[in-house]
Amino acid sequence: MGALLNQRFMTLAVLAVVIAVLPLVFPSSYYFRVASLVWVSALAAIGLNILMGQAGQVSLGHAAFFGIGAYAVAIGPTHLGIPPWAAILVGAVLSAVLAYLVGRPILRLKGHYLAIATLGLGVLIALVISTESGWTGGPDGMPVERLTLFGWRVSGSNTWYWVTGALLLIGTWIALNLDETPTGRAFRALHDSEVAAQVVGVDVARFKLQAFVIAAVYASIAGSALAFMNGFINPDQAGFLHSVELVTIVVLGGLGSIVGSIVGAAVLVTLPQALTIFHEYEHLLLGLIIIVSMIFMRNGIVPSLSGLFLRRARS
Amino acid sequence: MTILTATDIGISFGGVKAVDGVGFSVSPGQILSIIGPNGAGKTTLFNIVSGIYAASRGTIHLADEDVTGLSPHDLAARGLSRTFQNLQIFQRMTACENVMVGRHLREKCSLLPALFRTPSVTRQNRETRAAALDLLASVGLKDAADVPAGSLPYGACKRLEIARALAAEPRVLLLDEPAAGCNAVETEEIDHLIRQVADRGVAVVLVEHDMKLVMKISDRILVLERGRPLAEGTPREVRDDPKVVEAYLGQHGAREAARA
Repeated sequence: MGALLNQRFMTLAVLAVVIAVLPLVFPSSYYFRVASLVWVSALAAIGLNILMGQAGQVSLGHAAFFGIGAYAVAIGPTHLGIPPWAAILVGAVLSAVLAYLVGRPILRLKGHYLAIATLGLGVLIALVISTESGWTGGPDGMPVERLTLFGWRVSGSNTWYWVTGALLLIGTWIALNLDETPTGRAFRALHDSEVAAQVVGVDVARFKLQAFVIAAVYASIAGSALAFMNGFINPDQAGFLHSVELVTIVVLGGLGSIVGSIVGAAVLVTLPQALTIFHEYEHLLLGLIIIVSMIFMRNGIVPSLSGLFLRRARS
Repeated sequence: MTILTATDIGISFGGVKAVDGVGFSVSPGQILSIIGPNGAGKTTLFNIVSGIYAASRGTIHLADEDVTGLSPHDLAARGLSRTFQNLQIFQRMTACENVMVGRHLREKCSLLPALFRTPSVTRQNRETRAAALDLLASVGLKDAADVPAGSLPYGACKRLEIARALAAEPRVLLLDEPAAGCNAVETEEIDHLIRQVADRGVAVVLVEHDMKLVMKISDRILVLERGRPLAEGTPREVRDDPKVVEAYLGQHGAREAARA
């Protein structure tokens, strides 16, 4: 128990130190921007990891909630006069309600069937966003008003680095909190054996729904942050490819590992930037690297490497 | 005073009557064993009683309430707990966490306090862990508390399932072959454990192939054959019933039983 508490504390401390120290080695504000993208993707991935890694349910349409968060902060202030900060909450609540309503029927499905149903949800939301051009600007996207908090205008890559870093810390803290609670245990139990979870009294449908709603809110808040940071938003953020990217981050980093989701996001966001020097071979190399790392680290980067490290330490 | 009564239960799978007109009842503190050759419908009967399958006919009463067709977690909330013949352990959780999940219904479980890990959540977690460790000790697994359950040997997993089922503080416990794959010493331990549980007033329903164990600890025995009840009575009555001897033990077994 003490060890686990320490492990949670250590994870947060290391993450805080990394966020605080990285700017010291950043040569330009471009690096701040890339790092902010990592924090935002990691935040969305952590939420999805609670659903996929802990509760064992797949979602192939998760960018829909990312898009709802993003468009809430774009549409709310522009069309409805909602203060930008409040629009974040509106997006999160909308995502939660949608996840709740849609989750009830589709979380009865298992495996591939659930994957297709969530994929359908993602495609549907992306379609609505790109066709309702009166509200959303259609496929061209729309500008996002700057976020102001208590008269402070939040702008600039450096500022957003710290804001997204703080969001990631809070998101990580909450995800780690869940682990040693009845709810977190119920998630992991229904992942391992749904029937055994049921007979000890776990209301499986209820907990699947909770995990789905939590994951939706994480994605929504990450979406809002990205929209504010970019000052612009387009339907790609809600699209299928972004959903696949989120799933890839979670699986590549390690299902069930919170740290894994952060590492996965770091790899998947920075690697394409680093590979631009290979010009036309960029995507080929990215794909190859992902395939090779999944073959050699099939549990994901973090669980595989920490397993290796523990074995070395023992022998 | 019975606590669990199943009446005229029947279920078919693709036209095959797996269970057909079976009934039983069990009282607090009593051990009822259900025996029969492979395919007699014992596990199917368990799956119906614990809400995993929906019976096509018959009723189940738990403490005077009609619970026919309730879901497994609703039955668990009413005091019914079970183990599985083919292990259903939470592989990626530690042994202790497995038992802690068993205390799910005894814990307050709301989402917001969990997300922010309020002091009450931490306190409850400590209490649950302490209770789980006590249960692990009672099945002889105290040293394995923080070992991932997936790496425990088979016999240990069997006992872990019993501990997890007991963690819910059930009024009725269904045990599906608790001694399968266990050596003589482990079987002896399980025998003691079941007796203890029954002595605390829990009604135990047992499916088991180990006849020595069944004859020794059962108060009553129900014999099934091809989904139908064949005989019911005390261990002595069942052992001496020519129908049972014929159907279940066979000619050779009958000679052995006579000598035992």
